[in-house]
Amino acid sequence: MAEIIIDVQGVWFAFNGHPVLQDVDLKVERGDFLVVIGPNGGGKTTLLKLMLGLLEPNRGTLSVFGRSPRKAVHRMGYVPQNVHINKTFPVSVLDVVLMGRLRTSSGWSRHSRQDRLAAQAALERLGVWALRDRRIGDLSGGQLQRVFIARALVSGPEVLFLDEAMASIDAQSRGDFYEALAELNQTVTIVAVSHDMMILSSHVKSVACVNRDLHYHGSGEITQEMLDAAYRCPVDLVAHGIPHRVLCRHEDQRDD
Amino acid sequence: MGSLIGCSADTRTSEMIEALQLEFMRNALVAGILVSLVCGVIGTLVVVNRIVFLAGGIAHAAYGGIGLAFFMGWPYVAGTTGFSLLAAGAMAAVTLKAKHRADAMVGVIWAVGMAAGVILLDLTPGYNVDLMSYLFGSILAVPVSDLWQMGLIGIGVIAIVTWYYNDFLAMSYDDEFARLRKVPVTFLYCLLLGMIAVTVVMIIRVVGLILVIALLTIPPFIAEKFTGSLRAMMVVSSALSCMFTLSGLWLSYSLNLTSGATIILVAAGGFVLSAFWGRLRAMRGFGMIRGTQSSE
Repeated sequence: MAEIIIDVQGVWFAFNGHPVLQDVDLKVERGDFLVVIGPNGGGKTTLLKLMLGLLEPNRGTLSVFGRSPRKAVHRMGYVPQNVHINKTFPVSVLDVVLMGRLRTSSGWSRHSRQDRLAAQAALERLGVWALRDRRIGDLSGGQLQRVFIARALVSGPEVLFLDEAMASIDAQSRGDFYEALAELNQTVTIVAVSHDMMILSSHVKSVACVNRDLHYHGSGEITQEMLDAAYRCPVDLVAHGIPHRVLCRHEDQRDD
Repeated sequence: MGSLIGCSADTRTSEMIEALQLEFMRNALVAGILVSLVCGVIGTLVVVNRIVFLAGGIAHAAYGGIGLAFFMGWPYVAGTTGFSLLAAGAMAAVTLKAKHRADAMVGVIWAVGMAAGVILLDLTPGYNVDLMSYLFGSILAVPVSDLWQMGLIGIGVIAIVTWYYNDFLAMSYDDEFARLRKVPVTFLYCLLLGMIAVTVVMIIRVVGLILVIALLTIPPFIAEKFTGSLRAMMVVSSALSCMFTLSGLWLSYSLNLTSGATIILVAAGGFVLSAFWGRLRAMRGFGMIRGTQSSE
């Protein structure tokens, strides 16, 4: 069994007295591609922010790489939900990516040559190096998403958190985007949050459903029971055209 | 500006030389340039962090400091700087701890600071300062000692912003991500409010309360549209600020108008022009995008 890098045990979280997460347990192995799905307001983003150390749980323990999230934060990459913030901000693509290299030391906040090389490598890896001098507000949703992933990757993280990464990408480029994520997943553990079940592609290795409590499924499939438990009402599983392993196969069809 | 350009070049240059021979005019010029430099740098940070209202609050609360300094007989700079830093600290605490109530609290500090200043001046026996002079400032009466002070504060502000440039950039663009990268966001935010307080106190006596807010917002707001980096935005704002201040000063001198108010109106004129220019550019840009799309 692979090393467990994220360990969430009995975590409770309430916001202004309203429970958001109740007694959540979750373990993420190194090399996993975990997708956390659930309805809006079900606590997905909260769970992500708890793992990043941006929020503190009310009860329970949470460790990343065996330490508290705040102490392990330099080993994590984060792509926030809203990549459209501050679209009028005068900043170039390269400068946004360089933010991911900040504060490797105290003192003058100047970027070194290594920082610039790392930024170039990250932008090239995501195929957006050509956009480096463009103003951030001039990019399309898909380009922005790639730039923000480059910003998360530029520090060489071991685990990458994506919050609603599909939201700003049009349907045509999603296929490419999955491929890019799958390639990243060869070296980086990925934890992605989505309210959109379309994110489940054949590259996804495990799924968790969150709606206050969490239901974990060890493979990249959703079962009707998981959905019923997470959404608290019967939800139809709908598969779309591309052959994904979204639905559980019938036992007699299972061949792998 | 049309009437100015209308008069013959000879009279214009001789008028200018005549004006520059006056020491107060030379000092006003230097003060205008120094104020523009500082306002371009700080104003850029104020505008991109969307804390114009907060900066206005600090500027008005500084009035309380002016009143207190006169009432207690303290030196202006010490009393006012101390008071403004206190107000800035209170605002930092409120905006960091209770974000949803921040704007109302800033409004309270804004009003109370100003009212306290007026009452304290009322209670000060003997000679009373004309509060109007702090509203529009007295750029034509800047002593040389103030110029030195402004120069020092200017150097300090530019040094701090250069040192923390990338941190300020990250904080202003996406403070949550900056926190994850161990950028000291809370410290930088307090540092920024502190710098606003100190510069406001320094500038208020020269160009007045209203011009401080105008110079902190109008030039950066124009520059934001036409620049590609925070650094460029600071440089362009400073240059625009210089242009507005100097041409406003010149206009006020030749037309015998209140200098502070004239500078603001010149800046407002520049703002309207830039809005038109931006719209024109956007329309042309839109046409270009359409063109390339159809040719693809």
